[in-house]
Amino acid sequence: MFDRILEKDVAISGIGMSEVGRPSPLSAMKLTTDACLQAIADAGLSKDDIDGVACWPGDNNNGDAFSPVGPNALISTLGLKVNWFGGGYEGPGPLAGIINGAMAIAAGFCNHVLVFRTITESTKRQTDKTASALNNKTIGRDTSFFWQWYTPFDVMSAINLAAMYAQRHMFEYGTKEEQLAQIALTCRANAQVNPNAVFRTPLSMDEYMSSRMISSPLRLFDCDVHCDASTAIILSRSDLAKDGPNQPIRIEAIGSALHQPWSWDQINLTGMAAIDAAKMMWARTDYKPSDVGNAQLYDGFSIFTLIWLEALGLCPPGEAGNFIEGGQRIARDGELPINTNGGQLSGGRTHGLGYVHEACTQLWGRAGERQINPHQVAVAASGGGPLAGSLLLVKD
Amino acid sequence: MSRKLPALTQDSRSFWQGGAKGQLLIHFCTQCQRYFHPPGPICPTCGNDGVGPKAVSGRGTIATFTINHQQWNPNLKVPYIVAMIELEEQLGLRLVSNITGTAPSDIRIGQSVQVRFEAIEDVWIPLFEVRQDV
Repeated sequence: MFDRILEKDVAISGIGMSEVGRPSPLSAMKLTTDACLQAIADAGLSKDDIDGVACWPGDNNNGDAFSPVGPNALISTLGLKVNWFGGGYEGPGPLAGIINGAMAIAAGFCNHVLVFRTITESTKRQTDKTASALNNKTIGRDTSFFWQWYTPFDVMSAINLAAMYAQRHMFEYGTKEEQLAQIALTCRANAQVNPNAVFRTPLSMDEYMSSRMISSPLRLFDCDVHCDASTAIILSRSDLAKDGPNQPIRIEAIGSALHQPWSWDQINLTGMAAIDAAKMMWARTDYKPSDVGNAQLYDGFSIFTLIWLEALGLCPPGEAGNFIEGGQRIARDGELPINTNGGQLSGGRTHGLGYVHEACTQLWGRAGERQINPHQVAVAASGGGPLAGSLLLVKD
Repeated sequence: MSRKLPALTQDSRSFWQGGAKGQLLIHFCTQCQRYFHPPGPICPTCGNDGVGPKAVSGRGTIATFTINHQQWNPNLKVPYIVAMIELEEQLGLRLVSNITGTAPSDIRIGQSVQVRFEAIEDVWIPLFEVRQDV
């Protein structure tokens, strides 16, 4: 199916993350430069070594809180000299920056690509509680290729669409609310030992079950928490990464496929685009799902984590509810630790790159109190609905 | 409700205005005899441009749904039901819409529904009601 698998020549050489504020007093650009300079230093590089910049989604909507900083602004601010740079919303979800950056290295454009993602939704919500409602995305009539099919029906948030996947999963597979709860409870337990996480107080099953219903069957604690933060990842040519201070983490395989319409309602309701991305990723490697030592799976809404578990073959199709029941299997000392930093549900909605940052933190054994057993293989996956991208990461 | 209205284009106008004549119009390919949605100028399956709106029965089943409780803006009356309707003409041919006329607690996946239209300005929003005759 694939005979040129060039992402294996690309490695993660350094990572960085700003403070995670709710809100942060720092500017979006200051958060960004904090994360980026930290990542560059972590890789043992200087800014003059960076010859590529990638971001998802970039400054695609007039610098709004969803993505206030794009590659153009960052390149100017840091005074970078790049051979290639790119951003943009349209791609395989929040990991698209990593995927594009890896391609730029594999194609020989760059030696070291700085990938970043900044978000300031917490600050925005201080002044506008409805800032993230979809009917505020366009002024006047909805001209969006896809939202126009949903906003006339008062679909005001992606949660309405995610909730319908959750309802379908419960209908088809008998998944229970108490099972779904384990995503939120596991994330909170992990956030309690992550000093950088947003919500660190204990969360019980009773508190979860009695929390406010937002869009049935999804409750308040099934929604990720807004924050102000920036995350940065340095991608390097594998041969150059060997010279750095960190043991390189190879991009073993990328999943970026979409073999269905770009739509929230015309696609597989229990597999989303995740099934396409995951199938592609496993077709580009000899590793198997059973090799995965830590899994950082998108939890913008908890149901997405469940669907990624199945799509990636980390549990059988339809079995995610049973797999996570009780939470032992997915705990830090379980057979498949997930979202070990608290995910986005409790760690903060860093939106995509946080999963890669945590996968590397665990692989490098830097996770402190939340460190899991030594392992060599991690998976990071991000996106819901028609957005889906996944990475298999290996530390040899 | 304070529905956001869609911008009408050459491709989408038939869908949003079919309700003026009581018709739910879904794009159909004359070559591969398949419906597709959202509407576009070319069949995404076979590439044929012999496509255009065709009236369907307006009947379908609830593939999935959610009861929205969150007051996203002050004009919104909650709770309300958002559903994906699978039209009876073709497997996997779905629309997102609202179910009206039924209490949220009585909604189930698999229920049969029938379209009705709500006219606002130049748009006829296709909404669905649970059929009482099945």
